[in-house]
Amino acid sequence: MSDYGVITEFILGKYHYWICIALMVVGFYAMIAKENLLKKIIGMNIFQTAVFLFYISISKVHGGTAPITWEHAVIYDNPLPHVLILTAIVVSVSVTAVALALVIEIYRTYDTIEENEILELNRVEEEKNLELAGR
Amino acid sequence: MIAHFPILVIVVLLVAAAIVPLVGRINRTASWLTACAGCLASFLMAVSILSTVLDSGRISYWLGNWAPPFGIEYAYDPLNAFVLVLVSFVAFMVAVYARDSLEKELDPHRITPFYAVYMLFVAGLMGMVATADLFNLYVFLEITSIAGYVLIAVGRKRESLMASFTYLVMGTIAATFVLLGIGYLYMVTGTLNMADLARLLPDLYHSKVVLTAFAFFTVGLTIKIALFPLHNWLPNAYAFAPSVTSTIMAATATKVGAYALIRVMFTVFQPEFEITVVHVTQVLLFLATIAILAGSILAVAQTDIKKMLAYSSIGQIGYIVLGVALMNHLGMIGSIMHILNHALMKGGLFLVVGAIVYRHGFTHIQDFVGLGRKMPFTMAAFTIGALSMIGVPLTVGFVSKWYLALASLDAGMWYFVPVLLISSLITAVYFWRVIDNIYFKKTEKEEPATGIQEAPIGMLVPTFVLALLCIVFGIFASFPISVAEQAATLLLMR
Amino acid sequence: MEIIQSAAPLYAVLVSLLAVVLIGVSGRNPNLRESWTIIAALIKFSIVVSMLPKILDGTIIEYTAFSVMPGLDIAFRVDPLAMFFALTASLLWIVTAFYCIGYMRAGKEKNQTRFYMCFAVALSAAMGIAFSANLFTLFVFYEVLSLCTYPLVVHKQTPEAIKGARTYLFYLLGSSIAFQLAAIILTYHYAGTLEFVAGGILAGTASNGVITLIFILFIAGIAKAGIMPLHIWLPAAMVAPTPVSALLHAVAVVKAGVFTVVKVVLFVFGVDLLKEIGLGMALAYVASFTIIVASIMAMRQDNLKARLAYSTVSQLSYIVVAVALLSASGITASLIHIMIHAYGKITLFFVAGAIYIAAHKTKVSELDGIGRQMPFTMIAFTIGAFSMIGVPPFAGFISKWYMALGAIEANMYPIIGVIILSSILNACYFMPIVYAAFFKPVPLGESAKMHEAPAHMVVPLCFTAFGVLVLFFASPFLLNLARMVVTSVTGGS
Repeated sequence: MSDYGVITEFILGKYHYWICIALMVVGFYAMIAKENLLKKIIGMNIFQTAVFLFYISISKVHGGTAPITWEHAVIYDNPLPHVLILTAIVVSVSVTAVALALVIEIYRTYDTIEENEILELNRVEEEKNLELAGR
Repeated sequence: MIAHFPILVIVVLLVAAAIVPLVGRINRTASWLTACAGCLASFLMAVSILSTVLDSGRISYWLGNWAPPFGIEYAYDPLNAFVLVLVSFVAFMVAVYARDSLEKELDPHRITPFYAVYMLFVAGLMGMVATADLFNLYVFLEITSIAGYVLIAVGRKRESLMASFTYLVMGTIAATFVLLGIGYLYMVTGTLNMADLARLLPDLYHSKVVLTAFAFFTVGLTIKIALFPLHNWLPNAYAFAPSVTSTIMAATATKVGAYALIRVMFTVFQPEFEITVVHVTQVLLFLATIAILAGSILAVAQTDIKKMLAYSSIGQIGYIVLGVALMNHLGMIGSIMHILNHALMKGGLFLVVGAIVYRHGFTHIQDFVGLGRKMPFTMAAFTIGALSMIGVPLTVGFVSKWYLALASLDAGMWYFVPVLLISSLITAVYFWRVIDNIYFKKTEKEEPATGIQEAPIGMLVPTFVLALLCIVFGIFASFPISVAEQAATLLLMR
Repeated sequence: MEIIQSAAPLYAVLVSLLAVVLIGVSGRNPNLRESWTIIAALIKFSIVVSMLPKILDGTIIEYTAFSVMPGLDIAFRVDPLAMFFALTASLLWIVTAFYCIGYMRAGKEKNQTRFYMCFAVALSAAMGIAFSANLFTLFVFYEVLSLCTYPLVVHKQTPEAIKGARTYLFYLLGSSIAFQLAAIILTYHYAGTLEFVAGGILAGTASNGVITLIFILFIAGIAKAGIMPLHIWLPAAMVAPTPVSALLHAVAVVKAGVFTVVKVVLFVFGVDLLKEIGLGMALAYVASFTIIVASIMAMRQDNLKARLAYSTVSQLSYIVVAVALLSASGITASLIHIMIHAYGKITLFFVAGAIYIAAHKTKVSELDGIGRQMPFTMIAFTIGAFSMIGVPPFAGFISKWYMALGAIEANMYPIIGVIILSSILNACYFMPIVYAAFFKPVPLGESAKMHEAPAHMVVPLCFTAFGVLVLFFASPFLLNLARMVVTSVTGGS
């Protein structure tokens, strides 16, 4: 195999990893860099989903069938990651639910869901409190 | 029955979490009682587990009787049995305390749900400690985290919402990193059981996948324990949460995170891995040093007592990580002792703050003038906690610092001794400022003599129990040290 | 050497802790409260005295209270050295207890209950230091002493008092955590034990460089001994009420410091080790510097208590220099000076307090003719001052005599020069006071009628002044006790 072959194999042969990594980075970026809290949550979901996809992709066995008791099921995919990810999805949904609830509450109190604006409001209030206390 | 304690110790909390909202229909006292009963039952079982472990060695419990590595295993050795007792004890004390504190700090309709979430939070922590299965660890980690977000967000100050959200984002990143790490390990070994991993991994130590997995674990868990520089979620989370939440989180959550880090570093991966393959301990030592110093210095700059305690927690985490990263027997004992110490000291101090909030509603250090007269008992507890934080001998704080200092010398790294001592001094500075206000500063305007305004007995007793334990374990440290010693021996065994 | 187990030293420590509780609960009844202090002081003194005959027989009393963690015990040992400090502190507590009553009531001080409670704790700590059998126990009580005297120093709670008290605590606690604890940790690391053993525990365990480092850390860490530049806390602590300055900053706290130095020199390092490395000589010269400089600074103080404070700094270094000579007579001088200086200096402080209460004067320049108004007080002052200078037949002479002998034995003749020079300096800053008090006319507008402080104060200060005389004539007893220590630490050579 030539050098090009190795590189092609590295890129194409493991494409599912690349997809996961790309998704992860996209999600991670959104979580960190976006000011809008909802976009953060969306990023968080993409981030988690990337990991789920990674799990699912490693469970695939070459030429395997669905992991059910079946006469042709000589080779079958690893069912365990599926089960694990089922749990992880539940977790992820719960986190999202809590996060959304928080955002709703934040919107009610601050009238905005832009992080920088909220922090600014907090800061202004803190200064006001300090002035009131006469310090 | 006793044979099932290893699982019941967690299940009882989950069951209680389910019952709490139901009995909450009767009244709030009923839900409080249920929560206390659940924590107490869990604590007693944890004690029984610890005594069994100390008597007859490791306990292995197979969930649903599925043999590991296929089934989920709960395994107890001196280390996690010890942490289990500690967590359940603090949880019980805080639950007892919660009644009066929550009435004051929470909207009435939120109190019963709070107890339910509280139980879930504790159950998650206990599960993290108990399990010997990595994926199970992740699930419990998330249970704790989600419950934690809620516990913070119910604070009355509106800043608590944003604090909770920040923690949620950071926590999710951490948990997802851990999940990814687990995935990598599973990919190369096909198992999730810790003991099984420990058996299979040494052959694969140089595999890139294993290295990546380790990196994800370390980063994920150091976010959870708020090791500098990944600490930014912690101060606001502690400062704006209700006092009960701040206490339980400061006293147990980061400790359990530290436990998980120890487990991953020394049981899933063996000490050899850190010595020969990845020199992660160098990084951890460096970060721990900065955490110790930066946490203390930032604490000096705070004017709010809760923020001050939060920053001091960041410094204290540094101590725990320092002991772990020294990779020797004494250091491990020091770390484990510091897990105990910090839970008692910081727990006690946050309870004191809760009592001040209950009576007077302020958390500004400058407002504390004259509190020594108004709340003599609470302030006595504060003083004990503060002395222990400084590390005055005959308090628990001294014990762990002593071991950490000896461990540094043992490892030939004497330069950590000055770090420890300097941070003790800085700790003395920021606590003494508070103590001066409490006892020795004169009030500017002559207030009418209000007499004693103590916290209610339900808050006073748990506060005092934690404070007194700081002294008891400072004077009779031999028992926890012997447990820590057994744990250290097991962890560092080659 | 016979060793017996007895809990007597523990009781000597505990009795004043028990008194703390009793004082605390009887805060509303001042007479009852003060009687607890006096009763506790009497019991403490009698316990200490009851141990004296056995000690003089050459017996050693040991008691292990409990073990904190492996290698670290709270344990007590009573030996002749401990007796010097214990006897001094416990007897002078009784005297001070009476003096306190007069001072605190006449001055109408607030927070008296807290004051008496902390005082009792301080005495427990002093006993603990005296009787400690290992470095850990000593360190524990050393820290307790720093912490429990803080409320005493800050007593007035004025911004000035808080500032002074913070300086006080910063130096004492700071140096003990930063340096002394480090030294203890290193000692444990190298020697594997913290036990006090005659002849030292560090010999042969580490390189000379490390031992020098440990020694420097110890000396820097024992700020209570007031060696420059770590003496600043002592003048700062003079914001405290005078009984505190008297008992704590002339006896308990500072003597705890020099006592610790003596213990560390003799029982951790050992005479031979220090001689071999030459650290004794280094310490002697550093402390000599303190003696001279502190004396000069004392001359510049107009505030009487500040002058006494600097005089204390200088006198403490006598003790350090004497032990650092590492010769038999030097060690003897050091030990007896612990006791002799205590009596002299407490008298002087008592006088300062009596003048403050009776005449509301704090400055040296205001003392013209005061000897006519307060004759007893000023005679006591004169006795104390003579003892400081070292004039026979006052006790201070004996320690200076032995110190000079020690310097000759150790072939360190410059030290004799230091002693002579500092005696002259002592005279320079004490004699003008005596002269002004007795020979200068009373300022205009003041009557020369006798106007003494309350009897509660005058009797104690006359008692301690008398003690200075007694100690001169009782010196054989002191020398005998000191000889026992010297024999044990030098192996009889």
